[in-house]
Amino acid sequence: MRTFKVSSVLVWGAVAFFLVNLLALIATVVVNSFARSWFDTWLPTEYTLGRYAEAWQEFGLLQVLIVTVIVALAVVVVSVLVGVPAAYALARRNFPFKRVLMLLFLLPILIPPITYGIPLATVLYKFHIAGSLAGVILVNLVPSVPFVIMVMTPFIEQIDPRIEAAARMCGAKTGAIFARIIGPLLVPGMLAASILVLVRTVGMFELTFLVQGPESSTLVVALYTAVSAAGIRSQQAVDAMAVIYTLSMVVLLVVGLRFINPTQLVSAVREEPRD
Amino acid sequence: MAEVSLRHRLAERGVDRTLLLLLPAVVLIVGLFLYPFLYGLQLSFTPKTSGIFDNYRTFFSDPFQSETIWLTLRLALPAALFNVLASVPIAYKMRGRFRGKRLLTAILVVPITLGTVLTAEGLLTYLGNAGWMNRTLEAVGLIDEPIRFVPGYWGVLLSLVITGFPFAFLLTLSYLSGIDPTLERAAATLGAGWWERFRRITLPLLMPGLAVTFCLAFVLAFSVFPSAVMVGEPSGETHVISLAAYRAGWEQYDYPLASAIAMVMGGVELAVVGLVLAVRSRLYRGSSGGKG
Repeated sequence: MRTFKVSSVLVWGAVAFFLVNLLALIATVVVNSFARSWFDTWLPTEYTLGRYAEAWQEFGLLQVLIVTVIVALAVVVVSVLVGVPAAYALARRNFPFKRVLMLLFLLPILIPPITYGIPLATVLYKFHIAGSLAGVILVNLVPSVPFVIMVMTPFIEQIDPRIEAAARMCGAKTGAIFARIIGPLLVPGMLAASILVLVRTVGMFELTFLVQGPESSTLVVALYTAVSAAGIRSQQAVDAMAVIYTLSMVVLLVVGLRFINPTQLVSAVREEPRD
Repeated sequence: MAEVSLRHRLAERGVDRTLLLLLPAVVLIVGLFLYPFLYGLQLSFTPKTSGIFDNYRTFFSDPFQSETIWLTLRLALPAALFNVLASVPIAYKMRGRFRGKRLLTAILVVPITLGTVLTAEGLLTYLGNAGWMNRTLEAVGLIDEPIRFVPGYWGVLLSLVITGFPFAFLLTLSYLSGIDPTLERAAATLGAGWWERFRRITLPLLMPGLAVTFCLAFVLAFSVFPSAVMVGEPSGETHVISLAAYRAGWEQYDYPLASAIAMVMGGVELAVVGLVLAVRSRLYRGSSGGKG
């Protein structure tokens, strides 16, 4: 049993080392976002809240946040509405070319966003959709819809089809079966999928970056542009903006973890039997 | 009658009105993924001077461009490998039920919320010349001169590890939780020690899942872009392929060249993923115990 303890110490030691450094890294940015200036000292000499006001005004954060919320919600709603029915058909039916279709839905997840993002953005520019809010929503649907399908298909498969058969025998029409049998059973899965899509969309950089315009950039892209664009911008203001981004993601994640058990993403958990 | 029998025969093969539910998703993916992809493929073969391979020739004959493949792999492969290998022991210790498991999982997943910019800013300040890391090392007396960690290769690699680890960890934990713990206990009754149980039972059952996790971690790391600019040397050792594609299209407005680079990028990435999945298909992929 001794080796077992040594290995525990090693693993938890490494985890603690990683977390301490990560915490210090986050703390650096947070401290810096409150600093008036911070040069060659352990901590800044003067603190201010002004950097947040500066970030808010200079980067037009209100507009950016509104765009981010609209894009994220639209992507979630559309990808659930389009993805869940498709997942139902894939889970319940075997048909010719099903494997080809599955591959088609898998590719947008397997291929890096830049690879299909560049031709996609070129096409959207050709049709003058790029730069608009609709363009940003459209590109974000490309990885989201397959993602919803991938999450929901196994979820639907585990619902016993005999429940539907029984409902039909009792005289329920197709509409009623979806509204009163399948729908309620799918709510937990749809919530999980929605939250994952929400987090992914808010964090999606590449695709949004390639098609955004001045009126349609989301928070991640605005952040990146703030760092990379030319001009005199204080690092502290950028850090303030990054803190705002992280806080909104933390809220999303905390809300998300209330609905999803992350260990159940790919298979049912097999616990030790309680005795 | 003929129409009815046709419908019956189709229904026997699984083709009925339920499949209409697939229609919106198929239209969306064909319109927004397949068509643009084929359009880009066609665009990448647009001749400039001598023939249809002009854009590819431009890419491969310029070492500054073609080198990006190697520079990207040099970042993505170690990052993905590290994220997967580091998740295994942590997830192994965390399978089963214990108090505070949810909290610990949440803490390990926190880096998802950071985003590339905060990670990059943090790395630049924390590991910078006057950052806390160098200060601490100097205070302890380990070094006399500040070490230059960032910007450069290591900065980008660290940022890939920080942002990629949570995903690899969640997937690994999820696969590991799907393995029936009674299998290991059965082995324990036969006298197998923990290492033997891990090597002979858990690991073989986990391998297919690890292969998938590696693929997804690799896909994430391979499309590295913002952090390569912010904590790397975007014209030097972290001139990654997605950056080359972006610059060709959005700075030189050469869409055919940008498409060609994007296609090369997709090809290299699919080759690695295909290789891993081919190895995976040779592994045991039966039931991991329990029901189904």
